[in-house]
Amino acid sequence: MRWFWLTFFIVCPIAAVVFCVIAPGMDWWFPSEAGSPLGERIDSLFNLILYIVTGTFIGTQIALVYVLWKSSKKDDERAWFSHGSHNLEVIWTIVPAGILLFIALYQMDVWAEYRVVSKFPKEARKAPVAEVMARQFEWRIRYPEPGRILQIQQQPTDLYAVNELIVPAAKPVMIYLKTQDVQHSFFLPELRVKQDAVPGQIIPVWFEATEPGEYVLVCAELCGWGHYKMGARVVALAEEQFEAAMEELAEEQSDDGFADAGDSDDE
Amino acid sequence: MSVAHSVSHDAHGDAHGHGHEQSFISKYVFSTDHKVIGIQFLVTTLLMLMVGGALALGVRWQLAFPWESMPLVGRLLFSGEGGQISPEFYTMLFTMHATVMIFLVIIPILAGAFGNFLIPLMIGADDMAFPVLNMLSYWFMWPAIFCFFASFFSAGNGAAAGWTSYPVLSALPQAAPASGMAQNWWLVGVTLVGVSSMMGSVNYMTTIINMRAPGMTLFRMPLTIWAMFITAILQAFALPVLTAAGFMLVADRLLGTCFFIPAGLVVNNADPTVGGGQPLLWQHLFWFYSHPAVYIMLLPAMGMVSDMLANAARKPLFGYKPMVYSMAAIAGLGFIVWGHHMFTSGMNPALGMTFMTSTMMIALPSAIKTFNWIGTIWGGKIEFNTVTLNSVAFVSMFVVGGLSGIFMAAVPVDIYIHDTYFIVAHFHYVLFGATLFGLFGAIFFWYPKMFGRKMNEGLGKAHFFFTFLGANGTFFPMHLLGVAGMPRRYADPYLHPYLEHFLPMNQFMTYSAILMGCAQFLLLFNFAYSMFYGEKVGRNPWKANGLEWTAPSPPGHGNFDVLPVCYRGPYEYSSPLVEEDFLLQTEYLSPPDKAEPVKEPEHA
Repeated sequence: MRWFWLTFFIVCPIAAVVFCVIAPGMDWWFPSEAGSPLGERIDSLFNLILYIVTGTFIGTQIALVYVLWKSSKKDDERAWFSHGSHNLEVIWTIVPAGILLFIALYQMDVWAEYRVVSKFPKEARKAPVAEVMARQFEWRIRYPEPGRILQIQQQPTDLYAVNELIVPAAKPVMIYLKTQDVQHSFFLPELRVKQDAVPGQIIPVWFEATEPGEYVLVCAELCGWGHYKMGARVVALAEEQFEAAMEELAEEQSDDGFADAGDSDDE
Repeated sequence: MSVAHSVSHDAHGDAHGHGHEQSFISKYVFSTDHKVIGIQFLVTTLLMLMVGGALALGVRWQLAFPWESMPLVGRLLFSGEGGQISPEFYTMLFTMHATVMIFLVIIPILAGAFGNFLIPLMIGADDMAFPVLNMLSYWFMWPAIFCFFASFFSAGNGAAAGWTSYPVLSALPQAAPASGMAQNWWLVGVTLVGVSSMMGSVNYMTTIINMRAPGMTLFRMPLTIWAMFITAILQAFALPVLTAAGFMLVADRLLGTCFFIPAGLVVNNADPTVGGGQPLLWQHLFWFYSHPAVYIMLLPAMGMVSDMLANAARKPLFGYKPMVYSMAAIAGLGFIVWGHHMFTSGMNPALGMTFMTSTMMIALPSAIKTFNWIGTIWGGKIEFNTVTLNSVAFVSMFVVGGLSGIFMAAVPVDIYIHDTYFIVAHFHYVLFGATLFGLFGAIFFWYPKMFGRKMNEGLGKAHFFFTFLGANGTFFPMHLLGVAGMPRRYADPYLHPYLEHFLPMNQFMTYSAILMGCAQFLLLFNFAYSMFYGEKVGRNPWKANGLEWTAPSPPGHGNFDVLPVCYRGPYEYSSPLVEEDFLLQTEYLSPPDKAEPVKEPEHA
């Protein structure tokens, strides 16, 4: 029985490690490479912690099984009468404290860049691309008319869309995030962005999609029965295409459905 | 020794030991005896564990077989939907799963069942300081249970705002249609469990401070008692905040106040709210209680595992004082880390940095405790019985839960993994992996004291084996789902293409969960069976040192036949002063041994 349980307590952690090692190959890992510069830094911080934690995990599990193995084979011998070791206590207080403090301090920069408005990239801060308003259970987008600056108050010339946020790729963009009803959370898994939309607040959020493409937007804060289906997409377009798309949206929304008699630009 | 000569009159009924006869009602139902109350708590919470587990299996069913009609119970529960789980019902399921597990299982089983049963016995008192208050603390559980069930079964839809009940979803009835009365019932239920906990908490503090046996100094208390003491302090300071917040939320719902509701919200096409409130306020108040509550749900298990590991290893606890100090540190720091639940909530980013640093620091005492547990086994003489296995599983799983917490404590990483399955993995490793395995061990360890019989070892090992495999099979893959960005509380995550390929993994997890759920019947059966057919044991079946082992098994009304006097700490196993490998706290040695070892012993 002794060997059975010793094996049991060593096989389970090994299985856990193996499971994690094969995970990326099985596509059980991040949904994609981080699609944004800040996301890449978040991933590298994640990996740093992962290495430290994996080392600690393996170390403690081996230590645990080792002491179990050693202390389960005594027959007549008495257990070691010891109340502890002051030196060991000091070591295993100071070393983890140092590591933890290092992890904490090492994270500050990325956090500040992500959340402290004065540290946002200037170009993004100057011209927010859109206001994203969450509601049960969809995302409503409000853009300024091309050539104008987005205002906090709705403007008659604003453009609207639902569940599709178009942004220029390869440059930092900022949105205003708000909610019409309950709390939601703006989550772009591929870009590693998440920010709650809190009732009564307008929260600036910035991100940058390195490559043009479509990215998933989901809700990450319980917002009612339809929480799971609050999916949408962020479409990142190259600069010119983005402008064209905005023009097109403007035209579409100012079009009253009647062809203009004198003009024939709609062929 | 007192043990030796009192065994003889152990036989003729301890219940008669103290004079007056009691009626059945006052002895077993409205009892003021801490042991009866403890066992009442234990049986009630074990039943609630099965209820909470069944709710969890409902959640798992939906995640593995979304929108498929549920076998066996589906037709019965939701015949309207053809046996399917509706998304509304799914939100109720996970809300009630968390509610039942936290408020009706983990907190009352630790503080209510084991706190009640063990505190007077371990400190050498004849009962709690306030026996009637103690009885009320149990009986206030039942109105709470009634409220939660009323919430779950009330007209059409139950409380569905998650156990965190974030406003505005929980504050405006129209935000979650048909949750109208249900959410109110839920809030009243939470308030009532709070009353129950608070009654226990003041009682435990008073008892531990005032009623210790002669010689039982603070630093001779077993870690279980330290843990219960610190837990009671946490409850006393944190609970009022939740109660106040709960009343404010009830007022928002029923009286039209707007503590948590800002102006101008248009919810479900109703008129705009008049507002003036701030939903973040709720989050601060809620987590100011609920983060310490995480430690309320963990510290007592840590204490009991420390006692069980020292006993199993036949060795003094490694670093008794560092263990006490680290528990106190966890409790103290526990009050200044609540903001790590709110990293993505839009609070001032400077707070994010502050709370990250304090949260990283709270990992330190947990690390110290883990190393000391391993140190306790080191050089011991261990036998793999059910108690050992569950205690070792506690340490092993706590390591996982603790380490995964570091990811979440790091704010930038938390941006990504916040509210994904990563957090679900993390707290299940702590609450199931650590606390519940500690509890299983504790049930096996103190069962002989409760009923005078041992639980069955074979069944116990089988229960452990399947539960450990099932738990890891269920909870470990959740880490990967979290890394993949699967948000929690989704009735159908596969709607989103980037999560489609996780269906097989979720099915595997559900099968593991079913295995784990079935394994709990082994525990229940063992618990009931051993009450009548278990091996009869004497006072001290584990050859342990604590005062509780000098009382008869089960102890009669008033606990001790001889008033215990305590001469030393609780962990003097394998002391060179005596021949046996244990040394009772009550045993007088001549010449007296030193009260506390002042120097660490020399060793090779």
